[in-house]
Formats: sequence, C-alpha cells, structure tokens
Amino acid sequence: MPISTWLSIPLLLAGAFFFLGGTIGMLRFPDVYTRLHALTKADNLGLGLITGALVLEADGWAVRAKLLLIWILVLAATATLCHIVARAALERGIRPWRRP
Amino acid sequence: MAEAYMALAAFLVVNVGAGLWRVARGPTPADRMLAAQLFGSTGVAVLLLLAEAADAPALRDVALVFALLAVVAGIAFVKLGWSQDPLAEDDHAD
Repeated sequence: MPISTWLSIPLLLAGAFFFLGGTIGMLRFPDVYTRLHALTKADNLGLGLITGALVLEADGWAVRAKLLLIWILVLAATATLCHIVARAALERGIRPWRRP
Repeated sequence: MAEAYMALAAFLVVNVGAGLWRVARGPTPADRMLAAQLFGSTGVAVLLLLAEAADAPALRDVALVFALLAVVAGIAFVKLGWSQDPLAEDDHAD
C-alpha cells in the first residue's frame, strides 16, 4: 500500500470515532444546548478527519480543493445554524441545563 | 480501499438511524430539528465516501447541495416552523 493509504486509515477511524461520539451525545445529553454542542463540534471534526483522509487519497488538485471547500462550507453553515438555534431556544424560554 | 469506504459509510448510516430515536423522543421541536441537522453533516460524509468508493464524482456535488440545504432548512425552521410561544414543557426529563 502507498504511504498515503497508511496515513488515511487512522484519519478514517478517528473520523468514525468522532461521528459516533456526536451521535451518542445527541442521544444522551440532557437539553437542546448540549445536544447542539455535540452535533456541531464532534460531527464537524469527524467530517474534517474523513475529508482529510479522502484528500490524501484523491487524485488531482481540483478534487482535493473541492473536498476542502465542502468541509469549510459545512463548518461555516453549522456554526451559523448552531448560534441561530441556540438563540431562538433562549428567546423561547428554554433554560440551559444545570447539574441538579 | 473502496471496501473500507463502503464500511465506513454504512457505519455512518447506522449513526443517522440512531439519531432517529431523538426525532421520535423530542422533547422540544428544536431537538427533532437537530436530528435533521445530524442527517445533514453525516449525510455529507456518507456522500463524499461513496463518491470516492464508487468513483462517482457527481456525488460530491450532491454533498455540496446537502450542506447548503441543511442550513437553509434550519433557518426556515427557526423563522417559520417554531412557534414563538414560550415552552412550558420540562426539557430536562432524562
């Protein structure tokens, strides 16, 4: 196997781990703010790691640039949406969770 | 490598399926919408993996559209789909 494959396999596994963490947080966290945190951070890092692995394996700089652009777009979109949803939830009177 | 990509894509689809539990459970409308966002970010990863595994570059464009649609859907939900009434229900049940 070429060296890029050896580099991309750990990235893929780490990406899968972070997606799994995001899903578990989505299911286990107590309120909408903490779920937003799991969804928008862990999943975006997982997507970044998987994109990194695909960049290593991709043939051609156009494809690599496109993969990175997709990741950056998802990052910007999800961060914006995270703030919009969290602010809307606050305006609607949902109190952030506190340790009981 | 194509098999590894396919396996990882299948694993991510299982993740999305687990997120469906949150859609059913709620409790607030925002929680249900968040599961749709999970579909957005995980779906992008699945499509990018499939584009590489199946050698179908058009799927990367589909991933791009998914990324855009997820945020548009979220903003439409906040502005139109979520009523302004303060929610009396307890959000910290579990």
